[in-house]
Amino acid sequence: MMYLTIVFGPLLGALIAGLFGRKIGESAAMSVTTAFLILSAVLSWVALIAIGFGHTATDIELMRWFDVGDLNAGWALKIDTLTAVMMVVITSVSSLVHVYSWGYMNEDDSKARFFAYLSLFTFAMLMLVTADNFIQLFFGWEGVGLASYLLIGFWYKKPSANAAAIKAFVTNRVGDVGLALGVMTIFLVFGSVKFDTVFSQVADKQDLVLPFLGMNFGAIELIAALLFIGAMGKSAQFFLHVWLPDAMEGPTPVSALIHAATMVTAGVFLVCRAYPIFEAAPITSGFITLIGALTAFFAATVGLVQNDIKRVIAYSTCSQLGYMFFAAGLGLYNAAMFHLFTHAFFKALLFLGAGSVIHALHHEQDMRKMGGTYKLIPLTYIFMIIGTLALTGVGIPGTKIGFAGFFSKDVIIEGAYAAANGGIYSPAMIAFTAGLLAALMTSFYSWRLIFLTFHGKYRGKSDVLNNAHESPPVMLIPLIMLGLGAIFAGLYFYKYFVGDYAAAFWAHSLPVDNAYSGTGLPPGMAESASHGADVSQSAEASYAEAGGDHNEDDGGHHEFPAWVIWSPFIAMLTGFIIAWFMYMFKDGAAKRTAASMRGEGGVLYKFLLNKWYFDELYDLIFVRPVRKLGDVFWKIGDQRIIDGLGPNGFAALASGAAKRVSKFQSGYLYHYALVMLVGLAAIIALVFSATGS
Amino acid sequence: MLDGIPILTFITFIPLVAALVLMITARLSKPDSRAQIERNAPMVALWTSLFVLVLALLLTFSFDRTTADFQFVEEANWISDGIKYRMGVDGISVLFILLTAFLTPLCILGSWRNIKKRMLDYMVAFLILETLMIGVFCALDLVLFYLFFEAVLVPMFIIIGVWGGKNRIYASYKFFLYTLLGSVLMLAAMLWIYYYSGTQLGAPTTNIEVLINDLKIPGGPQIWLWLAFFASFAVKMPMWPVHTWLPDAHVEAPTAGSVILAGILLKLGGYGLLRFSITMFPEASVTLAPLVFWMSVIAIIYTSLVAYRQLDMKKLIAYSSVAHMGFVTMGIFAMNVQGVQGAIFQMLSHGVISGALFFCVGVIYDRMHTREIAFYGGLAKKMPIFAAIFLLFTMANVGLPGTSGFVGEILTMIGAYQVNPWIAFGAAFGMILSAVYALHLFRETVFGDVQNEKLNDIADMNARELWVLVPLVIMTLVLGVYPSLITDITAVSVDNLISNFNAANSAVAGG
Repeated sequence: MMYLTIVFGPLLGALIAGLFGRKIGESAAMSVTTAFLILSAVLSWVALIAIGFGHTATDIELMRWFDVGDLNAGWALKIDTLTAVMMVVITSVSSLVHVYSWGYMNEDDSKARFFAYLSLFTFAMLMLVTADNFIQLFFGWEGVGLASYLLIGFWYKKPSANAAAIKAFVTNRVGDVGLALGVMTIFLVFGSVKFDTVFSQVADKQDLVLPFLGMNFGAIELIAALLFIGAMGKSAQFFLHVWLPDAMEGPTPVSALIHAATMVTAGVFLVCRAYPIFEAAPITSGFITLIGALTAFFAATVGLVQNDIKRVIAYSTCSQLGYMFFAAGLGLYNAAMFHLFTHAFFKALLFLGAGSVIHALHHEQDMRKMGGTYKLIPLTYIFMIIGTLALTGVGIPGTKIGFAGFFSKDVIIEGAYAAANGGIYSPAMIAFTAGLLAALMTSFYSWRLIFLTFHGKYRGKSDVLNNAHESPPVMLIPLIMLGLGAIFAGLYFYKYFVGDYAAAFWAHSLPVDNAYSGTGLPPGMAESASHGADVSQSAEASYAEAGGDHNEDDGGHHEFPAWVIWSPFIAMLTGFIIAWFMYMFKDGAAKRTAASMRGEGGVLYKFLLNKWYFDELYDLIFVRPVRKLGDVFWKIGDQRIIDGLGPNGFAALASGAAKRVSKFQSGYLYHYALVMLVGLAAIIALVFSATGS
Repeated sequence: MLDGIPILTFITFIPLVAALVLMITARLSKPDSRAQIERNAPMVALWTSLFVLVLALLLTFSFDRTTADFQFVEEANWISDGIKYRMGVDGISVLFILLTAFLTPLCILGSWRNIKKRMLDYMVAFLILETLMIGVFCALDLVLFYLFFEAVLVPMFIIIGVWGGKNRIYASYKFFLYTLLGSVLMLAAMLWIYYYSGTQLGAPTTNIEVLINDLKIPGGPQIWLWLAFFASFAVKMPMWPVHTWLPDAHVEAPTAGSVILAGILLKLGGYGLLRFSITMFPEASVTLAPLVFWMSVIAIIYTSLVAYRQLDMKKLIAYSSVAHMGFVTMGIFAMNVQGVQGAIFQMLSHGVISGALFFCVGVIYDRMHTREIAFYGGLAKKMPIFAAIFLLFTMANVGLPGTSGFVGEILTMIGAYQVNPWIAFGAAFGMILSAVYALHLFRETVFGDVQNEKLNDIADMNARELWVLVPLVIMTLVLGVYPSLITDITAVSVDNLISNFNAANSAVAGG
């Protein structure tokens, strides 16, 4: 019952607000949806405590859905620790976003619709994470796509919002096709789409080879790769990332909920949920690592130069998702989930903080027209600083003191180093390097954002500044809650997600004894722990092994080297210092923004500013050809060839037939038709009776 | 409950009787009472069709879903010993009868105020159309089937020709020419079968059950017969490349005509493939399945691309229908449970969704008298209820899970994947393209700001229009969430179909 309330409460709220919003009034619609979400959030925490600490995982069958031959997939709620963690993230952020929207959307004239969409999204996301089979997962998967489409295009009068909404939906569909094909392959190989049935048979199918599109693939590798294509779309990984920055056209609370904390993490969830498949697919896992690393790096480079405050955060999200994927690709599923968890808090905080800035400055999003605002919106400023400290991973290396991102990001980076096992050209080492570089850039663009927005002199129109005001309490309370999460989520939860209690906490919903430590302690945490006191022998041994392979970077250290532990910290510090020198030193901000406004900049700057020209490339190789082909098929294929040779040609051949046809009068047509009908019956009767028995 | 009642004859011919009564009383009465009858004709038609719907529901509930045998079989002498009036239903046809009985009252209600001339004739045409459509699905005799199957075109032809748009003559001509071509070939094939059954079974017959179960046609002729039947069914579906009559017919047809055309007439081809091609020509079906697969995939991709470039709403939806029918043919020739069940589901679901989409176009066409996409824009502001309903059907057309559109697409793809991953891959590509054209249409008409001042006073949907569309909304969602409503009824018949098919082919392979 509790789980039903968590999942279906938001749906009920969405239906009430959506169908009766006009009748009951906007504030009633807002109250109903928000109340249901807060209830869901509270119950989700209860569920996490019950399952994570009390181990009462459960599977609730609700109703039949697909029941066709061997294909059985019901509506069900599968609740284990992995699900509970996701439910907590979804409902917590969603309820805070609901509350925040009371203030942020105050002046909008279709608030009931907005809240209905938000709740609908939450429902779809909950269905995704509670699925006990791949088809229900697909339901949630496309359901969040729909809600995202509606919310990005919420301000439907703006052409750019509509374009962004379609781009998001279609790009996601590309990924969805991968996922759908993956599900079909799963059914073909396993004869089932239920998680438990499929996962328990993975070992038996390890050596199965399948022909697909003219090539032979290992069945498990093929499934993993297809599922990952789905994950790439939803989680905006390299090649399929193009929709995420544009999605910032939606209202800012949407960006916080969907494009930071929840929907975009669905891909990470999928890989974690289906870990038995990915564990058995080393090639695909390597590929995931590389794509994740590439995304982490690429998105960070683009984030360096963006001027729109929300786009910077969007690219940051893209980059952080890259971390989660390379962690998952390396088998550090619990580290990936840990980063997903902490990231949800601090990234939602940053988005809502940015929303507060935008709200204060009357919908100005260009950071070049900001500056010096910290005096006007001091609380927002403080929370943005907290978010930044969490995102950039500030903490004291070697201890357990730091902001949320410090724990989760360092676990991943160190885990990658350990996974590389000394191999310089392994995907793990590439991920480690990309992770460090991205950390440096993360720190740079985050502080650049802070400096441009809050410090220096104000660079926009003065009337905007004079009217700037701190956000109302209804917007600040969510910031406070998320701020608490950004500060303490890592500190408190690391021992459950990746630390000493991980095995008990995850309770087989994720593997915690991975190949690198064999202890239930992922390497990063084990390393940190080793500075404390307790570390198991086997972990020690595996690190000795890892460090034992001589490599250049290592410089001959035989223990898990200190520089690995310190490197994320140094990268973070370096980014901060560069940002400070560029934007705080000698009027740097004013000079650089002025140059940017004039369109100046080197080749590299332009390349990054234009996001590596992905949009232009895709326009050239996808959008235009599709249009062109459509026209060719229509005007040449249908009209000239098929019709030309077919009916029109026939008409021309049968001399004058067309003319005669055009003489048909509507009144006579009726008679013609009757004659046809009678004639038809007569012919059939004659033919058969004359020749019959 | 229905023992001893010739329920199928009732369901089939009640609309025809009502039509005749309307026509005759109107002819016989004086001018002023004739006007009275003319005014009441829609009401008579509506109640008749609702009565048929009740009977069809009764039929479906009394239907025994545990057997694959034909049920409610009726037989009467007709042309000869071998050619009788024979009616009956199995799990496949019973649902199509229900779909027809469901859509017809909606069509009549949807046409209430939009038909400006010859209202009585219009209603008569729809009632006759209903009789013929239901007859197709009930017929258990090849000649009877053929009669209904071809005669269906006549009222449709009239509906387009009399109440259609500007180019209705060209559209009727094209429609007629294509179907004629298919019909002639099918008629020839039927004659061959009739004679052949005489040589094999002692006496010639067109009893469908006998032909399916007892007549073994050798492999060579099977191919030719298969092709002849296929010519007729492919045109009706329509499959690429014989699809070009459909967009023209849709554009010219009045709204309700389009609904019936997309909702029922397009399903006759798929029904025919299931009822005849697979069962009577199993070997040829295996041999030629790759041909159908490739035609299906080409249809899905080609027509989706063409749909994206259309300037006329109805043409866009018409092309999208061709693409969706591609999933049906793909599913049928996968010849496994998921494929065939998916194909049947897809036909029923598409009947609801495309019917609803044409009603949606009709709603704004009635107000603005244009179907040009560029004319519209910003309807969300002016017509929020319409926007919400149109969105739902757009998403159903895209195949969003939770709507019935998803079930048919995913099942047919799962079915095809087991046979040929390339085909499923191509069809899955169509999933992307369907999003492209459907969201394009939605964006251009509903989203954006109101640019055209003619739209300033456009009114949202009225109660009558809601009465038409809400049942379709409910069907789309209910079938999307609980497809077993359909698949449970079809299951046994489909299993039987497939096992007979496999038995026939393994007998050939073995012997």
